[in-house]
Amino acid sequence: MPAAVATTFFTAEHEALRASIRAFVERELAPHAEQWEADGNFPDWVFEKMGAAGLLGLSYPEEYGGSGGDYISTLVLKEEMARCGSGGVGMAIAVQTDMATPPIFKFGTEAQKQEYLVPAIKGTKIACLGITEPNAGSDVANIETVAVRDGSDWVVNGRKIFITNGVRAHYCTLVARTDKPSGYHGFSLFIVPTNTPGWQVTRRLDKLGMHSSDTAEIVMEDMRLPGEALLGEEGRGFYQIMWELQGERLVAAAGAVSGSQLLFDRCLQYAKERKAFGKPIGQFQTMAHRLAEMASEIAAARELVYDAVWKFNKGEYPVKEISMCKLYTGIVVNKIANDAMQIFGGAAYLMDVPVQRAWRDSRLMRIGGGADEVMREILSKMRGL
Amino acid sequence: MSDTRYDLFTEEHDALRASVRDFVEREIRPHADEWEAQRDFPRTLYERVGELGLFGLKYEEEYGGSGPDLLADAIVTEEFTLCGSGGVAAGLGAHKDLGSYYVYRFGSDEQRKRWLSPSIRGELISALGVTEPGAGSDVASISTRAVRDGDGYVLNGQKAFITNGSKADYVVVAVRTGGEGYPGISLIVVDKDTPGFRTSRMKTVGWWTSHTGELFFDDCRVPAENLLGEEGKGFVYIMQNFQWERVVMALAAVAAADRTLEMGIEYAKNRNAFGRPLAKFQVWRHRFADMETEIHAARCLTYHALRKIVAGEDALREVSMAKWMATELDWKVSDEILQVHGGYGYMMEFPIQRAWRDARLGPIGGGTTEIMKEIIAKTYGL
Repeated sequence: MPAAVATTFFTAEHEALRASIRAFVERELAPHAEQWEADGNFPDWVFEKMGAAGLLGLSYPEEYGGSGGDYISTLVLKEEMARCGSGGVGMAIAVQTDMATPPIFKFGTEAQKQEYLVPAIKGTKIACLGITEPNAGSDVANIETVAVRDGSDWVVNGRKIFITNGVRAHYCTLVARTDKPSGYHGFSLFIVPTNTPGWQVTRRLDKLGMHSSDTAEIVMEDMRLPGEALLGEEGRGFYQIMWELQGERLVAAAGAVSGSQLLFDRCLQYAKERKAFGKPIGQFQTMAHRLAEMASEIAAARELVYDAVWKFNKGEYPVKEISMCKLYTGIVVNKIANDAMQIFGGAAYLMDVPVQRAWRDSRLMRIGGGADEVMREILSKMRGL
Repeated sequence: MSDTRYDLFTEEHDALRASVRDFVEREIRPHADEWEAQRDFPRTLYERVGELGLFGLKYEEEYGGSGPDLLADAIVTEEFTLCGSGGVAAGLGAHKDLGSYYVYRFGSDEQRKRWLSPSIRGELISALGVTEPGAGSDVASISTRAVRDGDGYVLNGQKAFITNGSKADYVVVAVRTGGEGYPGISLIVVDKDTPGFRTSRMKTVGWWTSHTGELFFDDCRVPAENLLGEEGKGFVYIMQNFQWERVVMALAAVAAADRTLEMGIEYAKNRNAFGRPLAKFQVWRHRFADMETEIHAARCLTYHALRKIVAGEDALREVSMAKWMATELDWKVSDEILQVHGGYGYMMEFPIQRAWRDARLGPIGGGTTEIMKEIIAKTYGL
């Protein structure tokens, strides 16, 4: 007889982890959300405190200071971070845990892991990821930043833009072209300490949403890196970044679902409390059906993400499913946020009501980490179209 | 986690799927066009399916089954959907998941042996008669009456839109044995040849090969031992099986949408316009990607609902979500794929028109989309 079917993949340990993360987020982060949004930044101690609580290395091995957990633990963190009240905080943490550091863990030398991964897990070093440029985003093969060999060193010239954590990062996991003519094989990854001469933060970018996170424009001018700054194999950068993007997209999708659920919960409560024409607005049939639709769409998005997470956790590399997750959840969270604006009515349009923030923050989901259109390109190519 | 598994299907399930697919490809699909033209399919198909054991996967061996395994049964539903004729899948499905399943779920051992076992063998065809001209999802309002008279019941009334209704050897009929509202409803099995019972066939927009029937009861006398379960519990029984019926409809809708999308992509690869295949135009490539994504999301949601049912948990909310989302999606995908076919999509010789007509029933049958949203809203206290 095969084992009975489980209705969830979360174990008691995962649920205990969820409870402790939720308590941490509600106690340490959420009370500051308004202030950090107004400041356009959140303090570095958030990284340190989360590191001290063990939340920046849940899925990394214990030998690097991590908890040695599975990928489901990362999912739990991402789901709970949505409760911090500020999309920018969740995004900055995700860059630290699931975007800038996985390539170091996966492709780095032992020395690089000790130097960069261990302090990132502790929260004493902040990391950023340098892919996008003024003329190349998802079109990674078009990257123009160049690293040229000079003896045993590399000399880097180029520009990066929309770099989350870039203003204050201690190091950057950078993609650069190392061999001009050879297409996809011409890219390599580097780890760049941001105090390297030639590294300049030229602008702190002002954004529509995600106000608490810093976003940088970077210029690298005759920036000299030692040979050991190369991360992984020379010429493999394109493939390494394509690998990285899968984890990035999956945590983003998980966050979108979780954010959608919080918005729905808020809408449901409001629809039961707010009265119009003598009864709660949730008693109007069109409103009840709208909420039923929202709940259904969120449930579908969640199961789509869980399907990909389960495969990823088993060691599969489900590019198709992850691309679907990124596309679908981005559309869902934007629709839910817009529905929430409508349900809250005039109140939603006021800057001191948090619905508008979720609405602004969620808009990035359909752009960052590969736009909707890029996901559709990937999916249609995978189907041979 | 050690004593349970999260992966829904086992290797045995995969093997079953492959063999059912093979059967459908060899023995049903080649006849689909002919049967559509005849607006019917032979009774022998039920016997053949019975011979292969595909009606018996959710039942114990003592009734002639090989289960109970609801997941194996769900696989059969998915694969039958790919047979090329929505009506054939519906005719087989209404027998498998409605009429005979009611006998199993709510009937006595004796009743199971009398009606279920021959149904598993495909020798008897079954139907479920709940809907009436004036009451569908609003089950509590049915007016077909069964009055106790000595050792039997006398039925008077009418049913409508009953799949297999004009073909079935027996029908599980919802009747009013008591007062108004839901506590007055019971289930009674009526054999085809019972005096006072007659049927007629209705013409449908799609599902051409299935018999959609009207049932008429005129002083139709049925023995008391044909009562399924307890008198007055009919409404509760119907609500219970609705969860299975609806998850089955969601499974079928996902499978159908997947097949329709495949049909559209194949067509788009081979049809040239402005010097290149339609499939190379970015608007179509992206629409295909959206559909593929939405179909997979609907599949994941449906499997979640199925998972909860199999685990014995309450799945009312999840099933209702899956039912409306999957059937609406199948309809939407069919319409999009009809569009990619252009003028050919409007021609009766192309199979997409059939998929389009067949898919339209999804958001109506088994509880409309609007009813599903009512149920979901109620689960949230709205």
